[in-house]
Amino acid sequence: MQISVYLYILVMAVVTYLVRAIPLLLARKEITNTFVRSFLYYMPYACLAAMTFPAILGATTYLISGIVGFIAAIIAAYFERSMITVALIACAAVFVTEQIIRWVM
Amino acid sequence: MGSRKRAFIGGMKAGVPIALGYFAVSFTFGMMAAQTGLSVFQSALISLTNLTSAGQFAALSIIGAGGSLLELALNQLIINLRYLLMGFSISQKLDRNYPSFHKFFVAFGITDEIYAVCAARPGKNSPYYHYGAMALAIPGWTIGTILGAAAGQILPQIVMSALSVAIYGMFLAVIIPPAKKNHFLIPVILGAMVLGAVFKYVPGLNKVSSGFVIIIITVVVSAVAALIRPIKPEAEAVAADGEASLVTKAEGEEAEHAD
Repeated sequence: MQISVYLYILVMAVVTYLVRAIPLLLARKEITNTFVRSFLYYMPYACLAAMTFPAILGATTYLISGIVGFIAAIIAAYFERSMITVALIACAAVFVTEQIIRWVM
Repeated sequence: MGSRKRAFIGGMKAGVPIALGYFAVSFTFGMMAAQTGLSVFQSALISLTNLTSAGQFAALSIIGAGGSLLELALNQLIINLRYLLMGFSISQKLDRNYPSFHKFFVAFGITDEIYAVCAARPGKNSPYYHYGAMALAIPGWTIGTILGAAAGQILPQIVMSALSVAIYGMFLAVIIPPAKKNHFLIPVILGAMVLGAVFKYVPGLNKVSSGFVIIIITVVVSAVAALIRPIKPEAEAVAADGEASLVTKAEGEEAEHAD
């Protein structure tokens, strides 16, 4: 039996929306528990770090260009460049590295 | 009125790099959706209604293989479960002076990147800040999908490869600057990254799905950090009856986080 693509889309959209909406709707009052507040403070750093590494190494065509892009982004972020600047510097570093790799190989 | 407009414009400014980063990723998604056999309209509909990267890519393989709806639902639940944590975090950052129907709309726009910019801001967030970011991010995500699905491989591989790191650059731009002020964030960030590498390369552990890995690492690292270095509670005393008393202390929050 063939399932309609639109049924697939409906199911994924509903599940994804519920996962996002339920915590917002349930958390009616502000949390005062020190542990939970501390947990929520550290959460974005742990979460974004885990999403960045090692995924960034596998995102590019070559491992080495991913490493160069990663290092370039860390340096740019350390000097507190804006999000878009850091993103573009990382992209440029990957691009230049891959051009060099192609030229050498 | 003025403050809503200001928040909306502030959100749009944060939305510019998000939309640009989305464009590259959603272009790739559009190309893959077309390869899976979806029409341009169907691909765009997925992006418009789901607004998530990893989940959509995973769904393509299930749709392509003709998997069951239950399999798809469970897969989406697991991959997107991190939004549960993020939604919880955002619920604490959202300005409670606005009516709660806004939550229904703010929830739709919870993505890794919008969460990143909203969680990192000092003080409380107006829902209009979320709307401003969504006003650029959603079209960026959807239009990128349409173009990718319609055009196939227009961009050369080397450009796609370069653009694919944009999103990670944005994440690093969010987490590194605060770590210069609060040095305890350095082991938090490094710990999460090292655990990420462990889950990626250690045999056995590398079988765990990437959606679960993010959740496990986030929970473990944040919990350990919260136990070792709790954030000092300033306003615990007024919290005896919870509900209404805490609205005013938003301004103090960043200061206590600074060290």
